[in-house]
Amino acid sequence: MSGRSDVTAPDAAPAASAGAAPAAAATTDTRGSASASAAAATRDVRVSPHGTAAAPGARVVQVQKSLMAHNDGVAAANRDAFRGSLVLNVVSSPGSGKTALLERTVRELAGDLSVAIVVGDLETDNDAERLHAAGAPSVQIVTGTVCHLEAEMVARAVEQLDLHGLDVLVIENVGNLVCPAAWDLGEDLRVTMLSVTEGEDKPLKYPRIFKDADAVVINKIDIAEAVGFDRDRTLDSVRKVAPGAKVFELSARTGEGVGAWLDYLRERRRAKAVASGAGASASADPAASADPAASADAAAAASRRG
Amino acid sequence: MHEFSLVMSMLDLAEKAARADGARRISAIHLEIGALAGVVPEALAFAFDGARVGTMAADARLEVTYLPAIAYCATCQSEFELDNRFGIAVCPSCDTPSADLRQGRELQLASLEVEG
Repeated sequence: MSGRSDVTAPDAAPAASAGAAPAAAATTDTRGSASASAAAATRDVRVSPHGTAAAPGARVVQVQKSLMAHNDGVAAANRDAFRGSLVLNVVSSPGSGKTALLERTVRELAGDLSVAIVVGDLETDNDAERLHAAGAPSVQIVTGTVCHLEAEMVARAVEQLDLHGLDVLVIENVGNLVCPAAWDLGEDLRVTMLSVTEGEDKPLKYPRIFKDADAVVINKIDIAEAVGFDRDRTLDSVRKVAPGAKVFELSARTGEGVGAWLDYLRERRRAKAVASGAGASASADPAASADPAASADAAAAASRRG
Repeated sequence: MHEFSLVMSMLDLAEKAARADGARRISAIHLEIGALAGVVPEALAFAFDGARVGTMAADARLEVTYLPAIAYCATCQSEFELDNRFGIAVCPSCDTPSADLRQGRELQLASLEVEG
């Protein structure tokens, strides 16, 4: 952590919300004004990280642990279990066309790559039914009230799938552009989708989920003209927030632009096979020896995801 | 409302750390949250109020320090702070967009104040 948090919380400010909560949530916002933060940085203000000294009788315990530590541990185990398959975590708002794109992806890759899908929704197994009908083994995670998937949910869901020899595992996250962002599921690629009806500034409104994207898919281009879609502004927003992401403009409905998306999946799948083939079981996958150039690609992908 | 999941994870970590220190009670919890972590302070406070009941942190203060988002410009070989809330990381010196975010995603339990 690079000690840039210069302002410390005041002593137990009273809770602003209604109800006399015995303890307050004192927040210190160093984002507010860039000039204030910059000024603080230039003055090199260093206050003890936990702010005020402990009250009489209390003592300070340093913890320095990520709230995501448990999830990240499970995600790492998932990643290990998924070694033979390319794994995507697909996120978007509800109605962007995640399921439609996956249906088409499954159909077009049939006979070429095997695909299985884990799909999260608050209620119903309608999406898993659709994807199953498209030809992919699918497991529905009904999250109830939980607005995102966590690594543990995925670990439980894949127990119902045969991962052996599986080429591509797609995790279709809950439709939500905020909450899924922080949860690593063990994927190789984070795919963030938006559709042309959603507004050109969506990447600016939901920066985190676009910033972490390896690929950004812009769907429903077949109706772009009808809805007055401003392509240049959208691409500019994506480039500003996620300059490293691959961008695909397509229509899951008509199939326009889907070829480049499928080629991307094939290429990444091959790269992953090469990377994992270089490890333990080189002979497990015949594709592993196909393309030596892909290994550099895989290494780059691995370093991006950390 | 993923803040509830975060608070559950926070309380779990906090209680473990407090017990390991031989404490009976947690009087304050200090979090560090990155500007791009996607956490809403009000939602966090709301979730904390609900989740702390019956835990060692039942009467604890929650203190949050927000860390600014910082990116690295490979061209200028220097870090810069994002001057906006939109995650736009364009180097102020050379105008190049950067994908290399060095700070801003943190969701960190920094320290506790404990008693007993």
